[in-house]
Amino acid sequence: MRIGILITHVRAEEKLLISAFQERGIEPDVMLDRDLNFDITAGPDQLAPSGFPWRAYDLIMERSVSTSRGLYALAILNSWGIPTINRYETASVCADKLRTSIALAQAQVPQPAVRVAFDPETTVQALNDLGYPAVFKPVTGSWGRLLARVNDQDTAESIIEHRQTLGDYNHHTYYIQKYIDKPGRDIRAFVIGDRTICAIYRTSPHWITNTARGGQASNCPVTPEIDDLCLRAAQAVGGGVLAIDLLEAPDGQLLVNEVNHTMEFRNSSAPTGVNIPAEVVTYALSQVRVTA
Amino acid sequence: MTTATCPECDADVVIPADAMENELISCAECGAELEIISLNPVELDLAPEVEEDWGE
Repeated sequence: MRIGILITHVRAEEKLLISAFQERGIEPDVMLDRDLNFDITAGPDQLAPSGFPWRAYDLIMERSVSTSRGLYALAILNSWGIPTINRYETASVCADKLRTSIALAQAQVPQPAVRVAFDPETTVQALNDLGYPAVFKPVTGSWGRLLARVNDQDTAESIIEHRQTLGDYNHHTYYIQKYIDKPGRDIRAFVIGDRTICAIYRTSPHWITNTARGGQASNCPVTPEIDDLCLRAAQAVGGGVLAIDLLEAPDGQLLVNEVNHTMEFRNSSAPTGVNIPAEVVTYALSQVRVTA
Repeated sequence: MTTATCPECDADVVIPADAMENELISCAECGAELEIISLNPVELDLAPEVEEDWGE
């Protein structure tokens, strides 16, 4: 069996995954996305950076921190019939918050009210329709970067002017969510295949609760409601190895906020007691058997 | 204990025993994020700047 891990560089997660493979007697080939040099028409007989032909791989686990590199690599590898985690279709939906919202809406999975507009004046109208406070989010982005909570029209117009002037075309798509007054925390649940294996609360005095921004992780019991919602969300985006972010609305309803396709989990195994990298590897190996 | 020189501030950086090539570490002196370019011999470089599409 030959497994490849595609990375931008080695972070704690990749180290844990490599160790988990090694504990199963598999030495994965670690490949850097900076070394990729695909001949699109030559197919999978061409050599990967490891020196082996791409065709030799039973599975490639995509762990690039660079979303664009990871997505294009998945698109190419899947076009050659090489199994990957996650699949391109899933990753491309998750990488785009707007496409994620569409997928959740199609599956009738509850999410915060969201509007999309492209023109500055229409965006102000969209905000008035949505109501303040609201949150601007770039359609592509992570770690809580470039999120902006706006409480009134003056602030909104400032954000829009800055994005129009300083941002590239990606920032001229205005994806706006209704701000959810959550109880100082959100929930991150980990879905692998058809199981919600564990979840954490991410608690922070700041409205952005990402652990990358200082949110503190603690165990969140996976209730039947969380399990059901997360599995529906995962299915909506195509399934795989996913981290589902949930918000608790003031009325108690759980809403799916985001779905992440190259999840970080370094802070989550300890509070949950679940060996997340081992679970990921077990799932990966099961997918090899499924696709072989 | 293996050490290498920080390319940012010239301080000695301790290389963890289980370090891997292309792993990111931080310089304890200046806080710079560094990438282990090679382990034998140990060579460090400044880690690439975070790009807009980086994330999970």
